[in-house]
Amino acid sequence: MADETLDASGLNCPLPILKTKKALSKMDTGKILDVISTDAGSVKDIEAFCNQTGNKLISTVEDGGKYIFTIEKV
Amino acid sequence: MSDNNKMTIIATKGTFDWAYPPFIIASTGVAMDKEVTIFFTFYGLNLLLKDISKLKVTPLGNPGMPMKMPFGPKWLQAIDFGPKIPNVLWSIPFADTLVTFLMKKTMAKHGVAKLEDLRSICQEFGVKFIACEMTIELFGYDKSDFIDGVEFAGAATYFEEASTGNHHLYM
Repeated sequence: MADETLDASGLNCPLPILKTKKALSKMDTGKILDVISTDAGSVKDIEAFCNQTGNKLISTVEDGGKYIFTIEKV
Repeated sequence: MSDNNKMTIIATKGTFDWAYPPFIIASTGVAMDKEVTIFFTFYGLNLLLKDISKLKVTPLGNPGMPMKMPFGPKWLQAIDFGPKIPNVLWSIPFADTLVTFLMKKTMAKHGVAKLEDLRSICQEFGVKFIACEMTIELFGYDKSDFIDGVEFAGAATYFEEASTGNHHLYM
């Protein structure tokens, strides 16, 4: 279960990434963030973001045009 | 933050459409743990003005610009008027105002950030804004025309900023 949830539905690039960055910066290491996005581009982008920043992408789930990314803050 | 994370952008364009790329790349760069500086010169200075609501996009001389209606019936929204309308038509008064209005509507519909908001996020993220002194004088700007937090310097300062890192873009 996520500690925080960020709903970035309806937002387009680069807002889901910028909001994810902001949300993670307020969280402690080891906490879990769920990001909800409707931007198909964020599938690649969230993965790239996690690779680059060292945060851990635990899972990506697609649910009827919505993407739910579960990220562990590292 | 290590020196390798340094990134710089030279922003030279002052129209509404071209105002986006520097702010998008800079804010995303910080999100990706880069340390970002934007050097604004020539028309790029427009991007630092206190009031950027008057920036315009023009299709005049830009045949690559798709022109689709952001509202109306679906068949109408599907039409790309760009190649259909003689380019010279865009030289009529207020064409830029109309086209800018339509582009803003389209952006809002697609959840694209407002320019003002992207710029604020850049500042919140600590992107360094440097305005070119020479072009400020050349164009007759006053430093009070620009937002707070802008540094004023010249080309040599850009080189100092760009002396580390491996990610330097011209826009």
